[in-house]
Amino acid sequence: MNRRAPALLMTSATVVIALILLAIFAPLVAPYDPLAQSVLARFKAPSAEHWLGTDQFGRDLLSRIIHGLRASLGISAVAVGAALLVGGALGLLAAYYRGWLERLIMRLMDVVFAFPVMLLAIGVIAMLGPGAGPAAIAIAIVYTPIFARLLRGPALVIAASEYVMSARAIGVSNTGIICRHILPNLASVILVQTSLLLSAAILVEASLSFLGLGTQPPAPSLGTMLSEGRNVLMLSPWGAVFSGLAILILAFALNLLGDVLRDTLDPRLRGER
Amino acid sequence: MSVLNAGTLRYLRGRVIDLALVMLGVSVIVFLMIRLIPGDAVAIMLGANTEVTPERVAELRTRLGLDQPFISQYLVWAGGVLTGDLGVSLWTRRPVLDEILAHIWPTLQLTVMALVIGAGLALPLGVMMAHLRGRGWDIVLQVLTVAGLTVPSFWLGIMMIFVLAVFAPGLQMLGYVPFSGDPVGNLTRLALPAFALALPILANLSRLVRSAMLDSLQQDYIRTARAKGVNERTILYRHALRNALIPYVTSTGIMAGYLLGGAIIVEQVFAIPGLGRLILGAIAERNYPLIQATILVVTFTFVLVNFIVDLLYVVIDPRARDTSS
Repeated sequence: MNRRAPALLMTSATVVIALILLAIFAPLVAPYDPLAQSVLARFKAPSAEHWLGTDQFGRDLLSRIIHGLRASLGISAVAVGAALLVGGALGLLAAYYRGWLERLIMRLMDVVFAFPVMLLAIGVIAMLGPGAGPAAIAIAIVYTPIFARLLRGPALVIAASEYVMSARAIGVSNTGIICRHILPNLASVILVQTSLLLSAAILVEASLSFLGLGTQPPAPSLGTMLSEGRNVLMLSPWGAVFSGLAILILAFALNLLGDVLRDTLDPRLRGER
Repeated sequence: MSVLNAGTLRYLRGRVIDLALVMLGVSVIVFLMIRLIPGDAVAIMLGANTEVTPERVAELRTRLGLDQPFISQYLVWAGGVLTGDLGVSLWTRRPVLDEILAHIWPTLQLTVMALVIGAGLALPLGVMMAHLRGRGWDIVLQVLTVAGLTVPSFWLGIMMIFVLAVFAPGLQMLGYVPFSGDPVGNLTRLALPAFALALPILANLSRLVRSAMLDSLQQDYIRTARAKGVNERTILYRHALRNALIPYVTSTGIMAGYLLGGAIIVEQVFAIPGLGRLILGAIAERNYPLIQATILVVTFTFVLVNFIVDLLYVVIDPRARDTSS
């Protein structure tokens, strides 16, 4: 392993952890109420009082971004977590039981995977109606086949390995083999992919909110803020500038973390993608 | 050189069967969309535009065929799709295919322009980046490409509009004019959105080309070529690049799906009347036949593009003909 990994790994991990903490403790950290309006303080530029300025209703942008971070990260985390659970389970089942079950599962995953991501997400929201919950469900559905495909491959190799055969020979149950022998060996793949997909999910969630299909106003969300900021761009660009930067930083840190983790955990994959 | 030997034919047949199965599956999912809406779909649709009365619900239910058994509903619908009848718009009663055709060109043009910019610049950029070796360069390029990959294209578009509006107020950046009417106006208006859309795939592909180049430059056949005295330029472009092309072509096909989806959002930023505006308008008025048809047409396009890319893959990499299953 070369020496560049630790420095970048530490930096990106620190940024990601800081952002997660910021999201969790948003109500404590945010200097103002993200919904509090003030007619007198509309369209303020960044100042000592309002670090990032205020929006068209005089709401504090920094507070809204911190709360928006919480919404974006929360929705994305729930969605990717659900995709990991469902997709991972399907991938493992396919790899372990093979036969018609594998063909059925993987065909179904191929079909879901065939839709362009944004389009499938929009389709799901068209059915369920706009909102944070439907956005999370849409993102979870979109990413389920990615986890299924990703975990099936290595799971196939491990399931055919000698130690799994030995475990079976001494009578360990199927569930025991999957949970105790196959799953732990997939930990690094899961960690890397979760980080990368979280980054992608942040962008999809922001896109959906930007289009008015995700989190609904007045609740703070980075995509909605960007959309509102864009409408008043020529009066005051701060809302659009900072909410977009926040999306970028969040997605960037998570993607870089996944990228560096991949280099560190699996040197064979170094430089791919 | 003939690429049509027995192995290739077997591969082709497999790919065509895959294609048919995926399209069948996609059509079933899109068909189920209306049927899986929680609650009474017909009342929900009507509620967007008119007062909901039992007579209107019954009339629309019959018109959409929702009073028929499930299987026959699907067969009627799929039969229509095969003959180019994708249904009629709920409110205007115009064929949805007409609505889609009226909006598809800006989106297709935007997608193709972004693909040309992204994939086109990625090759020279990736080859250039392959010259920059060493730990320092690795870090710099990794950070830069990840940044390019994660810049939200809609935000980039907004920022470009803002900067240009401040520094070049006279510039016409928004909207869309057909290429046939005003080629220059068409291209200048689409240049910015295409670039904003292309940046992530430029980052992705150039990085992929760089690592594939570095990889193939370490192979034995490159050393052999060097030992034979082949000049460095030929080695780089003829031998190393050709191998680096394989992952590049596959990824470019996958990018098409990202671009089609991304175009929907970037269109909103630049006020381009494409499929994005069509589908968002359809969602607002709960025009489900139109939503269904748009998703179906775009997804089929994407699936077909990837099918063609898979075929290209066989032309570039002869090994794919035998190992594929």
